Amino acid sequence: MGVRRKMALRFDLIIFTILLFASPVLSDLILSKVDRRIDLTSQIVRITSTLKVENEGSEPVSEVLLAFPDLQVKDLALLKASPHEGKGKVKSLSASLPVENVKPNGMPAALTFYAVKLPKALGKGDSYTFDVLAVFAHALRPFPEKITQADIQLVVFQESAFYLTPYVVKVQSLSVKLPESRIESYTKLENTKIHGSEIKYGPYENLPSFSYSPIVVHFESNQPFAVAQEVVREIEISHWGNVQVTEHYKLVHGGAQNKGEFSRLDYQARPTIRGASAFKYLIAKMPPRVHSVYYRDEIGNISTSNLWGDSKKTELLIEPRYPLFGGWRTAFTIGYGLPLKDFLFELEGNRFLNITFGSPMNELVIDNLIVKVVLPEGSGDISVSAPFPVNQWEETKLSHLDLTGRPVVVLQKTNVVPEHNQFFQVYYKFSKLSMLREPFMLIFGFFSLFVAGIVYMHVDMSISKSSAAYLARLQWDEVQAAIQQVENVINRCLTTHDKLEASLRDLSRTGDVQACKAARKAADGLLKELSKELKLVLSFLQSSSAASQILPKVEELVAKEKDLQEKVMAKHSTVVDCYEKKTGIRDSENRVAAQQQKITALRQEVENLLELIDEI
Amino acid sequence: MAAAAKAGEATLRHAFGNVLSFFILLLIGVLAFSIRLFSVIKYESVIHEFDPYFNYRVTQFLTKNGIYDFWNWFDDRTWYPLGRVIGGTVYPGLTLTAGTIWWLLNSLNIPLSVETVCVFTAPIFSAFASWATYLLTKEVKGAGAGLTAAALLAMVPSYISRSVAGSYDNEAVAIFALIITFYLYIKTLNTGSLFYATLNAIAYFYMVCSWGGYTFIINLIPMHVLLCIVTGRYSSRLYIAYAPLVVLGTLLAALVPVVGFNAVMTSEHFASFLVFIILHVVALVYYIKGILSPKMFKVAVTLVVSVGLVVCCAVIAILVALVASSPTKGWSGRSLSLLDPTYASKYIPIIASVSEHQPPTWPSYFMDINVLAFLVPAGIIACFLPLSDASSFVVLYIVTSVYFSGVMVRLMLVFAPAACIMSGIALSQAFDVFTRSIKFQLLRILGFSEADAGDGSSANVVPENDAVKVDKSEETIKERPSRKNKKKEKEQMEKAQAEKTSAKSKTEKRLLVLPMELSVIGLLLLVFMGAFYVVHCVWAAAEAYSAPSIVLTSYTHEGLHVFDDFREAYAWLRHNTEVDDKVASWWDYGYQTTAMANRTVIVDNNTWNNTHIATVGTAMSSPEKAAWEIFNSLDVKYVLVVFGGLVGYPSDDINKFLWMVRIGGGVFPHIKEPDYLVGLLLLFVETDGKGFDRVRRTEIGKKYFKLTHFEEVRQS
Repeated sequence: MGVRRKMALRFDLIIFTILLFASPVLSDLILSKVDRRIDLTSQIVRITSTLKVENEGSEPVSEVLLAFPDLQVKDLALLKASPHEGKGKVKSLSASLPVENVKPNGMPAALTFYAVKLPKALGKGDSYTFDVLAVFAHALRPFPEKITQADIQLVVFQESAFYLTPYVVKVQSLSVKLPESRIESYTKLENTKIHGSEIKYGPYENLPSFSYSPIVVHFESNQPFAVAQEVVREIEISHWGNVQVTEHYKLVHGGAQNKGEFSRLDYQARPTIRGASAFKYLIAKMPPRVHSVYYRDEIGNISTSNLWGDSKKTELLIEPRYPLFGGWRTAFTIGYGLPLKDFLFELEGNRFLNITFGSPMNELVIDNLIVKVVLPEGSGDISVSAPFPVNQWEETKLSHLDLTGRPVVVLQKTNVVPEHNQFFQVYYKFSKLSMLREPFMLIFGFFSLFVAGIVYMHVDMSISKSSAAYLARLQWDEVQAAIQQVENVINRCLTTHDKLEASLRDLSRTGDVQACKAARKAADGLLKELSKELKLVLSFLQSSSAASQILPKVEELVAKEKDLQEKVMAKHSTVVDCYEKKTGIRDSENRVAAQQQKITALRQEVENLLELIDEI
Repeated sequence: MAAAAKAGEATLRHAFGNVLSFFILLLIGVLAFSIRLFSVIKYESVIHEFDPYFNYRVTQFLTKNGIYDFWNWFDDRTWYPLGRVIGGTVYPGLTLTAGTIWWLLNSLNIPLSVETVCVFTAPIFSAFASWATYLLTKEVKGAGAGLTAAALLAMVPSYISRSVAGSYDNEAVAIFALIITFYLYIKTLNTGSLFYATLNAIAYFYMVCSWGGYTFIINLIPMHVLLCIVTGRYSSRLYIAYAPLVVLGTLLAALVPVVGFNAVMTSEHFASFLVFIILHVVALVYYIKGILSPKMFKVAVTLVVSVGLVVCCAVIAILVALVASSPTKGWSGRSLSLLDPTYASKYIPIIASVSEHQPPTWPSYFMDINVLAFLVPAGIIACFLPLSDASSFVVLYIVTSVYFSGVMVRLMLVFAPAACIMSGIALSQAFDVFTRSIKFQLLRILGFSEADAGDGSSANVVPENDAVKVDKSEETIKERPSRKNKKKEKEQMEKAQAEKTSAKSKTEKRLLVLPMELSVIGLLLLVFMGAFYVVHCVWAAAEAYSAPSIVLTSYTHEGLHVFDDFREAYAWLRHNTEVDDKVASWWDYGYQTTAMANRTVIVDNNTWNNTHIATVGTAMSSPEKAAWEIFNSLDVKYVLVVFGGLVGYPSDDINKFLWMVRIGGGVFPHIKEPDYLVGLLLLFVETDGKGFDRVRRTEIGKKYFKLTHFEEVRQS
């Protein structure tokens, strides 16, 4: 505590020396009323000032200077001026006044100045009221800097009770709003009041320019001090209907450092007491209709998250793997998909993406935010319009089935607070035909694969067309074809035999001799044709040298078949004869049985031979 | 008789059969892949367990730094302060495979992360393994058995346990390599083609790259060769199948840094060289037999045998003396514990302490291979009808692997493919018999009067016919080498198909016909058994083997509870400690700490330095001050201990404590096991608020003690 006090005092001394040397010779503006509200309820400090400026000089003035000490400026995340519209009215974003950094002459060196451009110049006696919102990211300092698990977190905030300005201020007041009513200490000046968790200073009247009176508030704040040291947001547009957002966070608890041990047991038993300064979860407010949300880090999925939503918004609650105590770090990635039609629009042949800039997390300070917008392959004429200055460059990214890579617009900004979560636009040109490139590539790829397969199956890959092995193979192929033919013929013969048998059976059933004879005639004709065919093939086989191995078997087969054929014919004629002559059926049966046995044996042999040849 | 008409459509049927088996194989591949995705669906796409984390880390290094840096990688994040030469001490097969897949995908601009590739490597290779099983079994017993075996392997629980998505371990690719090596060996043996012999050597090289289990191959194949020689089945095909494998395979194996000169120096490889010599002698004998007359040959044999015996005795004496001079007889510890199951528990507690090195219990056989256990004997019998070179190999494979699986649970994995092949053969043969009987009976019922006449005559024909067939098939095999490979494959398909198509005509020839009712019942029982197997496998894949073991879930009355404490601790270490801090823990958590927390560890799961592990064990089992001194001397800043008493996690450090004492005591004699047995719970507890240990259901003896030298940083 003592150290902190001393530092604060030194800081004040510097300011006072500045004030001694400074000679405020400026325009004749005065601030007739200044009303400041400092919101300390979260880790982000928001100072809203309502300024009423009056021109007492004769020349019209169109600029008002705002002054901040350099020490504060390095934490300044956002400075915005907007016309005062009274309480209860919704502020429109477009109505903000332009603010720019200026370096006026003759001003103290330790101050930074910003000029607010008024909508119209103020003539003599005119007055204008506007609001200034200044947001500071790391303005709260934890004190003590190291606490144990059981301690509460105390932070220090310092400001001036008087509005630091190059102008004379007639009436001013200041209120400081704290998260909890427990206040360790605060600077007491005249007119200081305290209402619960709010401290009020003022009103003070008629103070000269550059008046400064330091105040220090030391209070309890167990709000999550979630600071992302780096966030990389990748927004990938797919014209197939999806905007994929991937956010990589490197998170640290920016509050008082944790010292000593962490006992999970104590924490689990009484999380509000043994771990008051820790934060357990973060809430992200996402657009409605968000889908495929995931939450993971480099070693896998993190199972502690919760998602709920309605038609207006979706809320994602994520818990890091462990509760974050002061100084502890973690890193994780969240990703989600958004419907394309909610964010991508067309305007005069141009397309533009309209999406928020910052992270969806509540009350998160981002030290370095990098937003990458990945446009589809083949986009051109890219331009960006952002509501505040950002660093910007372009990259290319190679992703699924890309040939040339997708253009990537990279936007980078330091010190980002939730107020930066505004829409920005990326304009580009993209032809619908480019969308079909990848499907066609796939189709073509598979098509050529199949074609290659077909070609490979049909192309003769042998190196030498005249080698003995190649010729032998060709011959062998021919022989095989011939043998196949032989087999076919024999099989057909066998079916004819079956038909004959069937006709015999019919005969025994119906006694129709004529039909049986007709069948016989047809079979005779067929068999004759077949034997002719067989002869042709056989002669080829005999001439071929490659068939020498298999030839005896084939010849045997043919011979056997002929034998079988004869036997079947003989049997057929015997039976038919019997019927015609009406001889004793018993007698004929005896004769036929002998023939039948031979036929069965022969048939068996033929079939065996067929199988053998088939196997070769 | 109707068969004759069918033969005309033979070619169409061939084509149809090919397309059908292609689609069946494709579906088997899909099945093998998808049954292993339960872990991703139920949990997440994450690397499992312990060793896979190391492999994952190595793969990350490979993809980031390239192959040359990988070979030269000296890892200073582990075994502090010794470090470890990763490039020379890992089997690089898995890493290189996943690295290649990743590289290929990324060069096609498909930006998958290394993790995703690693997670899905094992399921992809299981599909490959089932295809390889199809090929192998087809070589042995035809396409039908092949398809059945492939389907069985696709979902055998034993293999699933090591290859679910995320189980990124050596075994995942090694089983594929093992089967494909065996397939190529059998293929070479059947065809005598030098082309396949070369492929075989390359497959063997891939196996050597992938897993230490390659010694199984290099001992099993020589055993089979020896078996063939002894049973008089020596042929030139056998020579071609074996000699190139030994020469090329050994040369290639020596290229793998982790094997190096071990490929010729250690006893594990000795058998292969011995058989190599024997094979040459036998080949020479056969050659001489061919050129000499029988009488001259007899004289030559007596001469050579008398001289040869003397030389052999001398050589063997020298060899024995050499081998005996080394303390472990030239065998590595792990191999020795295979040959003598009691070896490890006697001399190397660190090997014995790993649960997967314990002998399995009977229920684990039923759990891991289920109904296959009953089908295997039938398959063995089927392999003897008739016995060929290929089927004798499979029989030898299953006999040896049954023994090894009986010694170590882990080697159940080698046994599983053999069991699948055998059961595939048994199932397909049984189906063959039953369906054939049914078909035949149906034909008879439908009234073909000739059938019985044919049946009568077939009694004489069948045996003869079968004998001819076997001879014939051997003949065809012999003449094959002269033809081109593609042709051969086609022919074989045709042959297999022809067998199928002619099955109908055979029904009338074989006596092997069962009564209709019996075969229908048998068929139903088989189908029922298959269904039971499928149900069991799906259950095993979904419930038993899919837990990633870094995420624990439990069901309570409130619903699903997820315990992600391991990763919580690792994530904390990763983000909240200095990059160069040293973390001490029992060796089980070494790989995970280096991979997930990216912090230097003292010991890890690669238990190469027993002394170092014993040091940590001593520190863990010493009083606080002594432990502090040990850890301080090792620059340790954080000590990771796991206590499961609060949430009921049984395999925590208290359970492992006895092993710490045992291993510590093995090197530092002042740690004595009996001292710790009584006061175990007093010594090693944490400040659990309620003082109740849910795992052991006991009250913790000593509560609320103070640590003076160590500071608790965090509990999770």
